[in-house]
Amino acid sequence: MKHTISVLVENKFGVLARVAGLFSARGYNIASLAVSETLDPQISYMTIVVQAEDEKILEQIEKQLNKLIDVISVTDFTKREHVERELVLAKVNYSAKQKTQLEKLLNKFLAKVVQRKEDTAIIEAVGEQEQIRQLLEGLAKFGVKELVRTGKLAISA
Amino acid sequence: MNGAQILIECLKREGVRVIFGYPGGQVLPLFDKLYDADVNFILVRHEQGAAHAADGYARATGKPGVCIATSGPGATNLVTGIATAFMDSIPMIAITGQVKTFLIGNDAFQEADVTGITRPITKHNFLVKDVKDLARIVREAFHIASSGRPGPVLIDIPSDVQLQETEFIWPEEVEIRSYKPTYFGHPGQIKKAAKLISAAKKPIIYAGGGIIISGAHHELKALAEKINAPVTWTLMGIGGFPGGHKLSLGMLGMHGTAYANHAIMESDLIIAVGARFDDRVTGRLDAFAPYAKVIHIDIDPSSISKNVKVDVPVVGDAKNILGQLIEEIKTTQDISEWLKTVEEWKKKYPLRYGDKGIIKPQYVIEQIYEATSGEAIITTEVGQNQMWAAQWYKYNQPRTFISSGGLGTMGFGLPAAMGAKMGCPDKVVFDIAGDGSIQMNIQELATCVCNKINVKVAILNNGYLGMVRQWQELFYKRRYSHTCLYNPDFVKLADSFGAVGILITKKEDVRPAIEKALSIDNVVVMDFRVDPEENVFPMVPAGEAINRIIGGLA
Repeated sequence: MKHTISVLVENKFGVLARVAGLFSARGYNIASLAVSETLDPQISYMTIVVQAEDEKILEQIEKQLNKLIDVISVTDFTKREHVERELVLAKVNYSAKQKTQLEKLLNKFLAKVVQRKEDTAIIEAVGEQEQIRQLLEGLAKFGVKELVRTGKLAISA
Repeated sequence: MNGAQILIECLKREGVRVIFGYPGGQVLPLFDKLYDADVNFILVRHEQGAAHAADGYARATGKPGVCIATSGPGATNLVTGIATAFMDSIPMIAITGQVKTFLIGNDAFQEADVTGITRPITKHNFLVKDVKDLARIVREAFHIASSGRPGPVLIDIPSDVQLQETEFIWPEEVEIRSYKPTYFGHPGQIKKAAKLISAAKKPIIYAGGGIIISGAHHELKALAEKINAPVTWTLMGIGGFPGGHKLSLGMLGMHGTAYANHAIMESDLIIAVGARFDDRVTGRLDAFAPYAKVIHIDIDPSSISKNVKVDVPVVGDAKNILGQLIEEIKTTQDISEWLKTVEEWKKKYPLRYGDKGIIKPQYVIEQIYEATSGEAIITTEVGQNQMWAAQWYKYNQPRTFISSGGLGTMGFGLPAAMGAKMGCPDKVVFDIAGDGSIQMNIQELATCVCNKINVKVAILNNGYLGMVRQWQELFYKRRYSHTCLYNPDFVKLADSFGAVGILITKKEDVRPAIEKALSIDNVVVMDFRVDPEENVFPMVPAGEAINRIIGGLA
């Protein structure tokens, strides 16, 4: 099962390696990881989606993260009210005659075209994982040439 | 002051009196200042020796041990020693030189990413990029290494930083917002624990290295006597409870006593203190102590419920919590039946060995025990020698048994003995060694002789890598693949180092040789030719329930 946790860390070099190293050394899987500075530039915020088969593993992940000296706090969003989003950029095949069809799909998911070339369009979409999944399903018809995703971001409500 | 001077001044203020180390290109500025420093610097013969010596010093004294090496190979040679200290929660400061800041990442001569390499085997590590940070980092390093669950901390200092000048400012206070260990147990949890203890009919105390680290041996004894519970311990917990006490069950686990293993399996309450339910202790996890509720006292929350499901976790320092717990316990059940059963196991399954006239390794250890009145510091290598030293010497004081438990590092014993002797010069220090592992750091005999660190080395020489051979005998049809050793003449070897070597081939010469070794004011290497195929028993095969004991029961 996937769990979303956030980790506040000291914004020091090597801290990402410490967190990532912990996961690999103990055999935990990271599904996605997003890191950025917070309002306080000395602190970074990580949103980590982890694959944990049971509560025990999740508990260990939290405890082990807390053990790292540079980790300030760990929050498990599984049982907490929160808002989560992911940003995706997708390069899809596009021709003028598909315009209405594509726009209809994009409107449904509040997505937009950020760049258009002769036969491709780059689409930007923000949403919850399920919305993103549905959008990508719809885009598949046009042919997705390339896809990049930020991984999940989560904030407590 | 320059970086090197600041470092030395910080070490002095942290109370460091002894440093083990080895020079090299990227620590030249530091060594130049060490030349005039008021500190006892011990030049080892291999950096691994420096790390283990710092570790042994820390284990014997409770104070952080310090070792220094140069960049690249110097630092990587420390790695085994750092990992050893990490697994056993030993406070240690490893200082390494690094190539100049502007060369980092350039694959410069003797460059290695040492903070990267040691990240998973240190409690924390630092790369000092600016001399202005140095004093604060050293202060934080000592604080981190010696507080909470202790561990090694590495400070990597580029050689140009060692030369940079700045004003020396000693930070009086250490404030790390993300690091606040818990020292006192939660009162609610203590109450719950006391309630379980009051209801228990078959309680057992399972004590680990946390007892030694927190100095909780008096409290442990007081608790055991208050509730009349038998006490067993891990390899790391040896010395935390008097070995001769009537409630003592000795060590448990793979090579623990049969009665300790039976007792924990049949218990209805395990009071675990500063131990982590390691696989060598629990054996097959799903068969471990099926009737027991578990109270787990540990300063490291991640140790709790990692392997065994815990009913009442109490996070904090063992000494404090045991004190709180003793206050809280008002009544206990009548457990005389339980103690009687335990007594019967003790009578039925004593530790034993057969005496065939040739020298038995167990006999050598018993004789060392008697000759030293049980008051020596014993260090061990790893393997059979280690298990026999754990079983056959009775330890009554904490910090008298020094052994690589978690990592199981061969070559640990001699340099650790050196460190222990530096920390406790008035104590007799014995390294109980095997003929295999002694050769892994035997170069440190030179360090011992040069610095008059008069440790005594007892080699239980069976001509084999004994523990591996034992497993091959029991589980691999006696196919002794690469475990038979062709050894040097240890007496001549000792002699060439300037130490004294003694060869012992007869049982009746064992005690006189030990007495002689104790009377010689020098490093002594005793080569005991012991029964080549003696096994360590009792034994629980790996992956079995810990009451599935083979050997040593007849």
